[in-house]
Amino acid sequence: MTTVSSHERKRLHPHKFTMWVALASIVMMFAGLTSAYIVKKANAKWLEFELPDVFWYSTIVILLSSLTVHLSVRSFKAREMARYRVLIGITAALGVMFVVLQWIGFQQIEAGGVPLFGFDSNPSASFIGIIGGLHGLHVLGGVVALVYIFLRAYIGAKKVYSSTGLEIAATYWHFVDGLWVYLFIFFKWL
Amino acid sequence: MSNEAVLHSHDVHSHDDHHGHHHHESFISKYVFSQDHKMIAKQFLITGMVWAILGGLMSVLFRFQLGYPDAEFTWMKDLLGKWVNDKGQITAESYYSLVTIHGTVLVFFVLTAGLSGTFANLLIPLQVGARDMASPFLNMLSYWFFLAASLVMLSSLFVETGPFSGGWTAYPPLSALASAQPGSGTGMDLWLIAMALFVVSSLLGGLNYIATILNMRTKGMSMTRMPLTIWALFFTAILGVLSFPVLLSGFILLIFDRNYGTSFYLSDIFITANNVGALPNEGGNAILYQHLFWFLGHPEVYIIILPAMGMVSEVLSVNSRKPIFGYMAMVGSLFAITILAFLVWAHHMFVTGLNPFLGAFFVLLTLLIAVPSAIKVFNWLTTIWRGSIRFTPAMLFAIGFVSLFISGGLTGIWLGNSALDIHLHDTYFVVAHFHIVMGVAGIFGMFCGIYHWYPKMYGRYLNNTLGYIHFWVTLAGAYLIFWPMHYSGLAGMPRRYYDYAQWESFKQFGDLNKFITIVAMIVFAVQLLFLFNFFYSIWKGRKVRSQNPWGATTLEWTTPINPGHGNWPGEIPEVHRWAYDYGKDGQEFIPQTTPVGSNETNHH
Ligand code: HEM
Ligand SMILES: [Cu+2]
Repeated sequence: MTTVSSHERKRLHPHKFTMWVALASIVMMFAGLTSAYIVKKANAKWLEFELPDVFWYSTIVILLSSLTVHLSVRSFKAREMARYRVLIGITAALGVMFVVLQWIGFQQIEAGGVPLFGFDSNPSASFIGIIGGLHGLHVLGGVVALVYIFLRAYIGAKKVYSSTGLEIAATYWHFVDGLWVYLFIFFKWL
Repeated sequence: MSNEAVLHSHDVHSHDDHHGHHHHESFISKYVFSQDHKMIAKQFLITGMVWAILGGLMSVLFRFQLGYPDAEFTWMKDLLGKWVNDKGQITAESYYSLVTIHGTVLVFFVLTAGLSGTFANLLIPLQVGARDMASPFLNMLSYWFFLAASLVMLSSLFVETGPFSGGWTAYPPLSALASAQPGSGTGMDLWLIAMALFVVSSLLGGLNYIATILNMRTKGMSMTRMPLTIWALFFTAILGVLSFPVLLSGFILLIFDRNYGTSFYLSDIFITANNVGALPNEGGNAILYQHLFWFLGHPEVYIIILPAMGMVSEVLSVNSRKPIFGYMAMVGSLFAITILAFLVWAHHMFVTGLNPFLGAFFVLLTLLIAVPSAIKVFNWLTTIWRGSIRFTPAMLFAIGFVSLFISGGLTGIWLGNSALDIHLHDTYFVVAHFHIVMGVAGIFGMFCGIYHWYPKMYGRYLNNTLGYIHFWVTLAGAYLIFWPMHYSGLAGMPRRYYDYAQWESFKQFGDLNKFITIVAMIVFAVQLLFLFNFFYSIWKGRKVRSQNPWGATTLEWTTPINPGHGNWPGEIPEVHRWAYDYGKDGQEFIPQTTPVGSNETNHH
């Protein structure tokens, strides 16, 4: 189509751009929750407790997964499909492992006598359950997206050569990774 | 990525015929699961209109109670069943439900989805020169989430314990405690589900609008050549995308307080109603909810008014046959309003025990909004000043908008002073303020848009005579209804009460309340006239014969009278100038697609 000007081509792909705006929106949601945390913390009856060590492991796992997703985009672009397949598989597995580790972390908090929910819970613990849980859901959403893109490249009727979808998923993946690092620092030291 | 790629990736057109005559579409894909932005706009509009009628009817019903607290309308019992007691009066419970659902529905479903949903969908691709939205599929989902939200909210009207009744702001503890009152049970659950769906719909829509405006403009359409409608819709979408998620966080905490025993908002209060007694919760803070709510709530009022401002700017300029005055100042003031909208939420909380020192900053920031608002008003007035004004119904509604925005903006300056607000908060003065500046002004912006772009939507005109009746009665009625409320508010009459007749000091307003109720019924009846005009004209209205009936410069008038999916049958036109070349070099108007002549005077 001739009216599609060259300057339009140089622009960011609209779907990529949409993802960036969506990320801003997710940032606002967590910013809302963490500011609520700060407001609440200033009120009376705030319970202080230590986060279990397993959250260190989950942090390492999610950082690793960012590396693998990055490498998988690189291999896709280099059309090294075997490597790409392995790396995507590992990334998705690490994502699931992260969520499992988080779950174990929450269980350990409860086992330590600090209920997350219920009438005897303290908002300091409830916040961690809710914010951490919402973050976990976002990670699972990322896993679903990766699996979908992965399958589409194989099973779909036509082959997908464009890396756009994968790049968008990778951006999202780095984002939820960074988000967890922020939340971890926030809960641990703030 | 090109416009074509977006359409093709969704297989909107088969390959060979994508310009010109349309390939066959089934009823379902054309009217129901449509991905054409123009059809989605109509879906938003008509759903919004249904809600406007329902919400308007609710206000007439609760006005009955306020105007005639002692009357015995036994016929209402037959009509509304358990909402009315045996004496023929609306029960206190249903009164509160009506007020709550009226507020929720008008603010979110009519003036957000119905207004910006409709016109963002219709105008963004048409005015920036795109074949459709960045993602037509997400766009369709946005409507379907809105419809789902609508159905859930509608269903809450029919549950045994009634719909939610704790006010549109849904403050805890009424919203957090299912046993607090009947409407706080199932009704509130449904309210929350509906609102969560609504937030998702707004986010999907907003993402798309922003991506489309930034990425899909046709050749030559630089940002500073965009019509002000597009700028306004752009800032609206930014406000929505950044503030709705915060509301969602507030709702999530609320859901946990309601259902999982957490203590974010609920504390160890004692509740006498329904023998609830002391709550087992500890340490919750209801004010926290107010912060999260108003962080959205204030931007939300601008989400409502910015699209109206954009359309009014456009319509005033087209119908005065003059360029908009101070284009860059208009964009700048939209920008300033957007930034300030995030910094003033606590002016709704001056009397919650907010630290007065902190309050002083919020007073300052709040009053600062008056500056960009005044710039806009000044520019609208100078735009029509000495223009060759064509008083079409759209133009009248645009002028009415300016009048209402001035009247309501001025009372905002009263309320923005925290000292005055101690007296005025939660009185009818606030009701008067926000109905004039947001409610009626927003609806006027919406009517202005509907009358102006109806020919583009349906290829026919609305009837003008009915339009004039609609305008004058609505304008006069709106002022007659809301102006007196300033006085009762100043006299201290609180909002949200079921019956003022018991109250010695407010007996003096009994007749005034009756008067307001009568006017409200008349104004409601005139909206039915508009409804008739709308639907009658779709099939029987005068046909549009010329491509550009208003002699406007913008791109939507370069499409065929009834554009198909893809908007332009041939190539997308290229843009050579800004959208406001009216009366330039002796020409009445110069469309944006006309190349700049060699001897043309200074050029945007
Ligand atoms: C000069 C500009 C404005 C100022 C200084 C201003 C100030 C205020 C203040 C201080 C309040 C709180 C009053 C109280 O509850 O005690 C208020 C309420 C309100 N304002 Fe404005 N306002 C302005 C313009 C607007 C505009 C343009 C809109 C909408 C388009 C709007 C919509 C509302 C609404 C909806 C409420 C009441 C919400 C409720 O309590 O239910 N205001 N305004
Ligand atoms: Cu406000």
